[in-house]
Amino acid sequence: MSYTTLSLTLIFVLIPLVLSKSLKLDLEKDTIIATVRSIIQLLIVGYILKFVFETESIIYILLMITLMIVAATLNARKKGKAIKGITWKIALTLIVVEVVTQGILIGLHIIPATAQYIIPISGMLIGNSMVLSILFLNRFTAEVESSRDQIELVLSLGGTPKQAIHTQLTNAIKASMIPTIESQKTIGLVQLPGMMSGQIIGGADPVQAVQFQILIIFGLLTTAALSSIIVGFLSYPTLFNERMQIIKNV
Amino acid sequence: MIPAIKFENVCYEKDELSILNNINGVFNKGKITTLVGPSGAGKTTLLKLCNGLYSATSGEIYIQDNPIHSYEPTTLRRKVGIVLQSAPIIRGTVYKNLALPFTLQNKKLPENEAIKFLNDVGLNESFLHRQAEDLSGGQRQKVSIARTLINQPEVLLLDEITSALDPTSVNEIEQLILKINQKYDVTIIWITHNIEQAKRVGDYTWVMMEGQLIESGETNILWTNTNKLIQNFVSGVTEA
Repeated sequence: MSYTTLSLTLIFVLIPLVLSKSLKLDLEKDTIIATVRSIIQLLIVGYILKFVFETESIIYILLMITLMIVAATLNARKKGKAIKGITWKIALTLIVVEVVTQGILIGLHIIPATAQYIIPISGMLIGNSMVLSILFLNRFTAEVESSRDQIELVLSLGGTPKQAIHTQLTNAIKASMIPTIESQKTIGLVQLPGMMSGQIIGGADPVQAVQFQILIIFGLLTTAALSSIIVGFLSYPTLFNERMQIIKNV
Repeated sequence: MIPAIKFENVCYEKDELSILNNINGVFNKGKITTLVGPSGAGKTTLLKLCNGLYSATSGEIYIQDNPIHSYEPTTLRRKVGIVLQSAPIIRGTVYKNLALPFTLQNKKLPENEAIKFLNDVGLNESFLHRQAEDLSGGQRQKVSIARTLINQPEVLLLDEITSALDPTSVNEIEQLILKINQKYDVTIIWITHNIEQAKRVGDYTWVMMEGQLIESGETNILWTNTNKLIQNFVSGVTEA
């Protein structure tokens, strides 16, 4: 596809801009910023990926993954500011997710250990892990806020912080995992996943595209479970002090 | 008199705001002490300091002559039980609620034991398998009291447990607490807004205002006190 042809897709940006203006939605500025940012970011990534794929250097692969983890951490931590040390907790979660998933994929020779496979798959799994962490933190802080009486009740009866927060923790873990599980139930029926569609448009064999998509959705399940559970179990102790008292202003 | 709980120069601050200021006093063992005072006087905070849900910013609290920090928090909270004003209920049956203190220790509460505690709070066996969410306010509060008693606390803290109840339920709960006090020889600290209730049930009374203990003593004598603050509080509440 030439850049001239690609530029015609800007019509898809014009439509929401016109709608926003005429309906006074006040989204024009954000739409323009999002468009410019996505063009710049994706072009830069495209050229970087080209360079990394050509060099096939492990250092550049690790650098790319580190960059993804740092960007995802900085984005997700905004939702958990009240939780002490949330930045390193999210970073650790993303590292574990990356090591476990890539360890299985490369260790069992499911994918070749090349930049072409490692980087896009890491991007999808780390991205999903970031979204899961945000969903978890949103729900968890809301659950703790609305259930202070219940938490205090368990503490007052001689329960430990883990026992006191158990219901809120499991509710938040479940709530953050449900979208991943639900979306996989209708995959292929309602929507064709982006990666699969991209491969098919790019001329790949549809069956091979499906095989890779299956690999990704199974990976996403592990990512979903690991992300919310690790962030959850790392986060809840910081809501209590050493005297097993709930800390105010979560 | 043997002190069950002793406060020595206790202060409590939250967000740099003084909630309790230099509290000194003793809660006598086996007696009922009522805590009265207007909203915001620091009564609930004082109660939560007693069972370690909060910690004093300065000063010392002694539980049976031992500094409160010498107790493991879980041990302390079983020894000094609290019934919260909102009587929170966990989803499930009355049995599940009563068994909670046992469940937290990975133990199973025998049903006949649960029935015994239900009877103690004036509820019969038929309540055991009812859904706790379906109970009335008074019944919930009774289940809440029974649940705290399961731990066999030596001190029972009651935070305005009758404030949302009708007069019949208030009377029932008062009789119940008096019975529990006698039967188990448990020390009771009872927050109430109602001066008449404080007079009916209290052996001793603490009067608190703006984070300070302004007067304490035997309930009967206290109300004849000429302290202007107390008189103002009594007349204010009576007028309200």
